[in-house]
Amino acid sequence: MKFLENIVDKMEPKFSKGGKLEKWNPVFESFITLAFTPKHTTKLGSHIRDGVDLKRTMITVIIAMVPALLFGIYNTGHWQMVASSGNLDLAYGAMFWGKVIAGAAVVLPLIIVSYGVGLGIEFIFAMRRGHPLHEGFLVSGMLIPLIMPADVPLWMVGVATAFAVIIGKEIFGGTGMNILNIALTARAFLFFAYPTSMSGDKVWMSGQEADGMSGATALGDLASFMTPDAVLRGETLEAGSNVMDKFTSEYTLYDSFMGFIPGSIGETSTFAILIGAAILLITGVGSLRIIASFFAGGFLMGVILNAAGGPYLDLPPLYHLVIGGFAFGAVFMATDPVSAAQTANGKIIYGLLGGMISIVIRVLNPAYPEGVFLAILFMNVMAPIIDHYVIASNIKKRLKRVKTA
Amino acid sequence: MSEGIENKKVPREPLFSKKNKKLVTEPLADNNPVTIQVLGICSALAITVQVEQGVVMGGAVLFVLVLGNLIISLLRNLIPSRIRIIVQLVVVAALVIIVNEVLKAFLPDVSEKLSVFVGLIITNCIIMGRFEAFAMANKPWPSIMDGIGNGLGYAGLLILVAVFRELFGSGSLYGVKLLGSNIPGEEWGLYTMGYVNNNMMILPPMALIIVGIIIWVQRSRNKSLIEEH
Repeated sequence: MKFLENIVDKMEPKFSKGGKLEKWNPVFESFITLAFTPKHTTKLGSHIRDGVDLKRTMITVIIAMVPALLFGIYNTGHWQMVASSGNLDLAYGAMFWGKVIAGAAVVLPLIIVSYGVGLGIEFIFAMRRGHPLHEGFLVSGMLIPLIMPADVPLWMVGVATAFAVIIGKEIFGGTGMNILNIALTARAFLFFAYPTSMSGDKVWMSGQEADGMSGATALGDLASFMTPDAVLRGETLEAGSNVMDKFTSEYTLYDSFMGFIPGSIGETSTFAILIGAAILLITGVGSLRIIASFFAGGFLMGVILNAAGGPYLDLPPLYHLVIGGFAFGAVFMATDPVSAAQTANGKIIYGLLGGMISIVIRVLNPAYPEGVFLAILFMNVMAPIIDHYVIASNIKKRLKRVKTA
Repeated sequence: MSEGIENKKVPREPLFSKKNKKLVTEPLADNNPVTIQVLGICSALAITVQVEQGVVMGGAVLFVLVLGNLIISLLRNLIPSRIRIIVQLVVVAALVIIVNEVLKAFLPDVSEKLSVFVGLIITNCIIMGRFEAFAMANKPWPSIMDGIGNGLGYAGLLILVAVFRELFGSGSLYGVKLLGSNIPGEEWGLYTMGYVNNNMMILPPMALIIVGIIIWVQRSRNKSLIEEH
């Protein structure tokens, strides 16, 4: 390490103000801070400085995503094998390394494209605006591949990432200024721009075009229950039969929780996501209020819909929490500290409403089988209003206390 | 009588003086009715899916604006100021009806696509804005120039937005398939390599984003346009 540090120290004057390569300072600094804590100290007054800066926080989130990522790679490989062999009953544990390699071949290019495009744009803006590279994209760049279907073309991911970084973030002034969650902006862009590559039953398993087998997600199947011809795993169910019983026996709660089902790369395994949630909560990076209230909101809405009754509405509420992107959204998306509500009570309202709206969109609108990303984006927009009213009510309460005293 | 005296004092202004030219050139960029004054946004979002619609719509507004400005300017001393809005509306409405009938007769396809938006030119803020702000207080010739400038500024922006939206949303420009064809069975061009049209470009939100980007680029090139907070 000492050897590396010497090299860095020698290079530093060239990049600092007045140096030959001053313009490239943002690039230099962002690479150096990957390994070393910056040397600059507080100039005015003395405050407590924590070693945890934005970069360390972001790295913590990425570590929390690793379980979901690793599982996602394996799951992608599994469904690719299923699609190529046409055998739906392929044992989940069979051909372990083959699936890992097949999955990695799909997922790694997505990650490379997402980081390459996103960081490239961030570098350009950092240099033009003359500020050091902000670390915000480290997390977004990892989130984007995790919420993509396995079969999405790479160029679409590139376009969506560019759109999300420029329109979702840089226009508002860069990291920490965005109104919307960056990764979800990318997904929403793809969803509306290229719907055929983002939904339906052909995109969730890579290399599937070869045969006509259906690769619909659990949510896709469920959405079809709201239409006259209900479909389950590619087979049309006869009208009037008890579709929900058939669904729960095809997709057991255990399989859905562990994530042995097709879906976007990182979202299927609620188990892996909960490991990530534990890491976020122990390190204090994620907000327990948001995560807990988001799940509570989803469960509550599931119970309410149960009471109403209907082909899709009868789904046991626990299922809502483990299928689709609900858990992933609650843990990694809704907790985004920039776009979420900031006040303590506001976070609870934000999470609760987000969870409820997710399930409402998912169940009541068959055109949008996945409602979570739309719900979170909507709540992102609403977050400042929630905060405003929480603060206003707090002021009112305190004023009352002053007056009565 | 009084005019004659004025003419003696001030030498007659040449038709294409600097001031008059500025009336045309300024709305094209630095005082664009859409990007700077942010008027007429609704139609800019609604009818810019194809360049052809943008051209026709821009032409229609240009026609209404130039003739309307001229008429209002000629009438400006006769209009009682209390009912001036009604008089202005009558003038616009008359001109818009003419445009609508001409479009229906000679360009029925485009007219159908533009549907109500031709009629809605009546409510286009640019037109009423120019009548109120310029034609009511200026002579006919400068009013014509002002109408040409603002009409072209509006049409230019419409066409610019439509170029992006049609090229990326439908893969064509003015109906010409530039990027190839995506008709199943007879694909050619980019579509054989997996290119897909961007559906978002067809939706109005993307038009708003494109207008926003144009405003962004314009303001970062000309810092004097940025308001102080």
